[in-house]
Amino acid sequence: MGLDNLKKELYRGVVTENPTFRIVLGMCPTLATTTSVQNALGMGISVIAVLTCSNIAISMLRNVIPNKVRIPAFVVVIATFVTVVDLLIAAFIPPLYEALGIFIPLIVVNCIILGRAEAYAAKNEVLPSAIDGLVMGIGFTCSLALIGSIREFLSAGTLLGYTVVPFTHKFILMTLAPGAFITLGLTLALINFLQSKEN
Amino acid sequence: MTSALISILITSAIFNNVIFAQFLGTCPFLGVSKSIETATGMGLAVIFVMVLANIITYYVQMLLVKFGVAYLQTLAFILVIAALVQMVEIMLKKLSPGLYKALGIYLPLITTNCAVLGIALLAIKKNYGLVESVVYSFATAAGFTLAIILFAGVREQMRFSKIPDAMDGFPIALITTGIMALAFMGFAGFKLPF
Repeated sequence: MGLDNLKKELYRGVVTENPTFRIVLGMCPTLATTTSVQNALGMGISVIAVLTCSNIAISMLRNVIPNKVRIPAFVVVIATFVTVVDLLIAAFIPPLYEALGIFIPLIVVNCIILGRAEAYAAKNEVLPSAIDGLVMGIGFTCSLALIGSIREFLSAGTLLGYTVVPFTHKFILMTLAPGAFITLGLTLALINFLQSKEN
Repeated sequence: MTSALISILITSAIFNNVIFAQFLGTCPFLGVSKSIETATGMGLAVIFVMVLANIITYYVQMLLVKFGVAYLQTLAFILVIAALVQMVEIMLKKLSPGLYKALGIYLPLITTNCAVLGIALLAIKKNYGLVESVVYSFATAAGFTLAIILFAGVREQMRFSKIPDAMDGFPIALITTGIMALAFMGFAGFKLPF
């Protein structure tokens, strides 16, 4: 696979088939873990790891798993990698573990991961499946980072912890639940609007 | 004891609502809320499955701890919940066709409801006993039902209003949820009298 192809795949994952903005899957982590860019990136990278590994494993096992029990089998594979990521984060990055909390084990029920396993990895060779997992994960991470930066900037005037604009009054609402819903809603509307302009 | 249980009940149903404060179960919340009728069906199915799942995962966790394999929690819980949903579906079909007809199509959807796994994990994290865990899961699911029915009501009215093309569908639904979450935040400073 050439570099051009790789670029095309990346464009597909981040723009044309972006899991969050286009297919609207995996809403819970998108809302819950985007209070800051740092948390959003932590969540995104965990999902990239799980998605790539599970796509590779499922693609390798695709001819062994009987069709009837494929969904439970996929779930076991995904849950295994989620447990690995969960234990790694708990051991090496305790502050991130505290911040993401319950949403690390919940990667297991993230529709994006089972969706890619079923739609792509179960039908394709190992290398393309790995690349699909990687680009879809990157697309997910980009959208989390976008929502995370909007919320972090509006709530504290910082990005990744560095002060960009020193606000005297903090817009606390943005770190709370309503801020998450409204930011995501407006971002989706903006993307729809830009797309309708394009056509 | 009773006052502690009532406190769990009210806190998890209203003050700390699954949708509006904890972001769990957003997918079915946005997906199955087009009419009050389907929303009620989904809500009841969630109450049923969530309480059962919490009872079973309580014992599963005891077993896991006993055999020293607590790290298998995520794997064990998701399999138990998936199997439970399947079993409930088959049993309802045989034992109570009426209830099956009402809940039937919503049951398979619940496996993808992250609130069920999430609440099971949170109940273990909070060190709840069996009774507390049951009350906690019931209250949370009731909170979900309340939220989804309220939201479906708003959405039914929304059909009559003119919404800009770009806002139609998910964007307006998310913003509406945000405003409802804002209303629920009014409960935030509330202190129970006991």
